[in-house]
Amino acid sequence: MTAQASIQPSPLPSRKGAVESSATWRLTDRVGLAVCWVIGVTFCAITVAIVLYLFIQGIRYLQPSLLVTSPSSGFTESTSGGYLDPIIGTVVVAVLGMAIALPVGVGTAVWLSEYGRPAPLARAVESTIDMISGVPTVVLALFGLVIFSSPLLGLLSRTSDHVVYGRSFFAAGAILSLVALPLVVGSTRAGLEAIPSRVREASLAVGKTKIATIRRILLPTARPQVVTGAMLGLGRIIGDTAIIVILLGATLTLDSANGTPLLGLLRGTGSTLTSFVFQNAPTGDFNQPHKAYAAAFILLLMVLALNGIVEVVSRRGKTAGWNS
Amino acid sequence: MEFLTPPPVRWLELDESPTPAPPAAPARAPGGSGDVNGSERNGHAPGSSFVSSPRRPRRSTSVAIERMRIQDVSIAYSNKPAVRSVSLPVRQGEVLALIGPSGCGKTTLLRSLNRLTELTKTASLRGLITLDDTDITRIEPTLLRRRVTMVFQQPNPFPMSVFDNVAYVLREQGSKRPRKRVLKEAVADALDRAGLLEEVKDNLDHAALRLSGGQQQRLCIARALAANPEVLLLDEPCSALDPQSTQVIEDLIVRLRDDVAIVIVTHNLQQAYRVADHVAFMYLGELVEYGNVASVFETPQQQRTRDYVSGAFG
Repeated sequence: MTAQASIQPSPLPSRKGAVESSATWRLTDRVGLAVCWVIGVTFCAITVAIVLYLFIQGIRYLQPSLLVTSPSSGFTESTSGGYLDPIIGTVVVAVLGMAIALPVGVGTAVWLSEYGRPAPLARAVESTIDMISGVPTVVLALFGLVIFSSPLLGLLSRTSDHVVYGRSFFAAGAILSLVALPLVVGSTRAGLEAIPSRVREASLAVGKTKIATIRRILLPTARPQVVTGAMLGLGRIIGDTAIIVILLGATLTLDSANGTPLLGLLRGTGSTLTSFVFQNAPTGDFNQPHKAYAAAFILLLMVLALNGIVEVVSRRGKTAGWNS
Repeated sequence: MEFLTPPPVRWLELDESPTPAPPAAPARAPGGSGDVNGSERNGHAPGSSFVSSPRRPRRSTSVAIERMRIQDVSIAYSNKPAVRSVSLPVRQGEVLALIGPSGCGKTTLLRSLNRLTELTKTASLRGLITLDDTDITRIEPTLLRRRVTMVFQQPNPFPMSVFDNVAYVLREQGSKRPRKRVLKEAVADALDRAGLLEEVKDNLDHAALRLSGGQQQRLCIARALAANPEVLLLDEPCSALDPQSTQVIEDLIVRLRDDVAIVIVTHNLQQAYRVADHVAFMYLGELVEYGNVASVFETPQQQRTRDYVSGAFG
């Protein structure tokens, strides 16, 4: 600390540019700045490493034929089939999850920010949603298993001899919607609350009802944020593993239940890209790491595409605005 | 009741006045001599009296039909009174200006005329407001607000196209019908009445938020007129605008007053003088003086009015 004590009070730096040079800072500040830089660069490096590694591995093992063949029970990379079923499973789960999370989430957000009555209930719902987003998905999955294996919900999953399995696309989609819900609610609320109150009043002042105002003015205005929330939620659904493994089952192929084709599929079990990676990782049951890399690569592409959409939508949403 | 006596008179220094006038007595009727008045506050050239500024050209207000009547209306937020037993007539064919210092209850009174005060949960209203002899609390709010429309202080167009901003008012509650083709004429008519059609007729599909501030405000007026209201409420419609846009809107107000009763809240005394036929001066929630524009500005009866219109406080 002697170095610090011996620092002479330097003359005031001339105010030439708006950018302040760190050369005149105290030693501790400069060290702090350096630490921040190192941390930031480290994070970037880790991300780049993951993406690059998966790109290289993925492109090396990815073959177009894998995309259209179902997984099969083989012990070598060449006989264990492709991942058509996991891709279908991912899409089905994403559609089911968002079909629940989007209307419920947008509705909840509208209620919370436009009505908020009764106030104690609104506050309770608010903190409940915060809590859901903090609950580990594996806990949600266990909870879902308890619910969906109850005899009353036998319709939603496979049954045999009056035993309800509680594992199906329905069950996984429903619980996965809980994972996406907080993101949809949070983003939609932020969008609604960014609209100045005088815009609401303008609509009411020309004789529109509150519902009409919400439908025609507020939700269209908040659409970029709604889309952002939905895309982030979709990313979480696609990326979740615990709920899939527990609630969708460990079969790699789609295993439809009896009944009508679509309903049978949704009542049946299957896999998604995440559970495929999980099973095929070197520590998994099937241990086909090359397949795991390629599937992970596809998963990564999907998530990056979603992030790209979010970026585009949120940037376009910024163009219109009221001067406050 | 502790503020019943007017606040002490505070003279404003006129620094860059080309003809520095000595402070005149507040009680003197500002008949046209260049005495000190609200000129700084109103942004006009120092030294020139607003009373000498020209009024907007107009026909006489011989046809004045009473549309709304405010009878002994008091409004309070929680327990804080904002308006205390005010009675006023609102007539078609003339412009009524509500003037007074900030927080005197002008805007609250204005908002109560189409029941917008009800959106504030703590607000409570006593007294009677009638529209064509019907108690407005017995009219469905959405219906009332189509007959008594409002333009706000800040331009607040909806984030959609110019056309849709006006069409929104004409359409059924939440619906997208009737379709664009059917509404074309009505939208153009409303824009024309607001004096905006010439400027926007070629790009009705452009985003309303890309218009200039003055155009946005006229779009808001067009929107308010599209419902074909009986009363038009203007809450400081020019306070966010430049002088030129202000002039355009003032002309518009004078032009509109034959078709629709107009109530305007303004901080700008010159504006009140230029556009209004009757003026109501409010102070601390009370109606201090009501009369035609000449009598309130030139021969005010009350000391507080005299002080306010001569720029002593506010």
